Amino acid sequence: MSDPISMTLAEARDALKAKKISSTELTTALVRSVEQSRGLNAFVTETPDRAMAMAAASDARLAKGEGGALEGLPLAIKDLFCTKGVKTTAGSRILGNFVPPYESTVTQNLWNAGAVMLGKTNMDEFAMGSSNETSAAGPVFNPWRAKNSNANLVPGGSSGGSAAAVAGDLCLAATGTDTGGSIRQPAAVTGTVGLKPTYGRCSRFGIVAFASSLDQAGPMTKTVRDAAIMLGSMASVDAKDSTSVDVPVPDYEKLLEGGIKGLKVGIPKEYRIDGVPADIGGLWDKGAAWLKAQGAEIVEVSLPHTKYALPTYYIVAPAEASSNLARYDGVRFGHRTSSSIHDITDLYEKSRAEGFGAEVQRRILIGTYVLSAGYYDAYYARAQKLRTLIKRDFDKAFESCDVLLTPATPGPAFGVGEKTSDPVSMYLNDVFTVTVNLAGLPGLSVPAGLTDNGLPLGLQLIGKAFDEGTVLRAGLAIEQAADFRHKPANWWRSA
Amino acid sequence: MSVDKDTVRRIARLARLAMPETRLEPMAGELNGIFQWVEMLNEVDVEGVPAMTSVVAQKLKWRADVVTDGGVADALMQNAPEREETFFVVPKVVE
Repeated sequence: MSDPISMTLAEARDALKAKKISSTELTTALVRSVEQSRGLNAFVTETPDRAMAMAAASDARLAKGEGGALEGLPLAIKDLFCTKGVKTTAGSRILGNFVPPYESTVTQNLWNAGAVMLGKTNMDEFAMGSSNETSAAGPVFNPWRAKNSNANLVPGGSSGGSAAAVAGDLCLAATGTDTGGSIRQPAAVTGTVGLKPTYGRCSRFGIVAFASSLDQAGPMTKTVRDAAIMLGSMASVDAKDSTSVDVPVPDYEKLLEGGIKGLKVGIPKEYRIDGVPADIGGLWDKGAAWLKAQGAEIVEVSLPHTKYALPTYYIVAPAEASSNLARYDGVRFGHRTSSSIHDITDLYEKSRAEGFGAEVQRRILIGTYVLSAGYYDAYYARAQKLRTLIKRDFDKAFESCDVLLTPATPGPAFGVGEKTSDPVSMYLNDVFTVTVNLAGLPGLSVPAGLTDNGLPLGLQLIGKAFDEGTVLRAGLAIEQAADFRHKPANWWRSA
Repeated sequence: MSVDKDTVRRIARLARLAMPETRLEPMAGELNGIFQWVEMLNEVDVEGVPAMTSVVAQKLKWRADVVTDGGVADALMQNAPEREETFFVVPKVVE
């Protein structure tokens, strides 16, 4: 049997069922791995006692031949999911001491399926960022480094802690959330699998809100099969989220079967953009060839409004964020200023200025501006119309294909501090992922190869609404053809 | 459209964010960089295009207007920065 920490969810599940390992043994190994890996800064809160207690309960259920789909499997949870009695910070100083009195629906679903919680993972503050550098808890380091280099690289963002934890074998799998690419972009630059489901597939209840019309939770895993397994437990219709959709949750693992013969795969020509390194274009062509070799039909499609997606996003998302983040007032929960104040407005203004970091403040200001009197029509209303056009592009493209294949990111992991001074260059990391959020569609990032200097790159599959099954099946085809077995060198582990 | 120092001061006030005088000018520069990039949306003819209100076509769900939860005031007060019994304490707001 392989080292338990490097097991996939499927392998560990099968080993537990066959009594080759116990959840207590598996969890002990992963708790130790988390402790040895503190140098990555992937976790903001470790919950080893809870993990061991949950593992013991799972072992008792497994001994009786009972147990859910994720029974005894240790997971990491992005610190955006409220966990009852366990501090939930959203990577922000303003929630630095916040202990939720309730549990998010997605995490409750995971615990109901038997999963074990190892702790809460680091992330960009309020999920705003593409490098995990805006976190109040400091940056996360990518387990991957370039060939012959000791320079620390970012793990992508905003689910950077979850991505690093999966890539470095600190957990079997993790949850992420994706508003503009925050699952798929970190997955791509850490050599892991990340799935953003259709908007409405997973409940948003108990997930700290960033941009409510775009936010969606999803799995971050080592394999496509694991993403299928984990989504099956995360997804549900929920009375506590009126935007969750009442569509039956299929057996996603079963939907992996059957191959891709006859599948029509669209290649959107507008995704060939200037300034993207040759490795990315080359990998994309290779991906199309892999699918073709397995019987898929490749068709060129057009998504004419692609280049407007990012600017549209940078109006819609900050607008919603400025509204959602109005709740942090220093009165009911969260940080409250300790400096002298002369009235209630002063209390709000100082608490918020102290509690929010620079990027969050910037986005609140953008959002406030585009929603303010006199600018609403020019910015926000126009952006909402652009969103309709972007959605129509996809509807049209899907008349001639079943799934789209694109690059996942415009480049591999970059250096810590490299892009922090230029917001727009940071925003461009999401150029291939953000369209999918605006259209509410499912998107999957699958590791597909390495750059010349040894850093992972991903390919993205985009599907029709609620057709995660096809996305996963095509993703499996890419995964099998790419045969990506690379692991980062184990430089960070302490004894 | 260009954002100046006074505009930043005004929107910071609307957003309830205390902003030191020295940050106004640099912030105006940062916001202008972003708004200049966003300007490209003006190239698109959006005449007659409906604004998106929901990305997934579904009717807003209804439920019976009944209390489903509650009676947890103490749990909700646990995170209050300052409290008395089940009241949040704030500076005096009425003279």
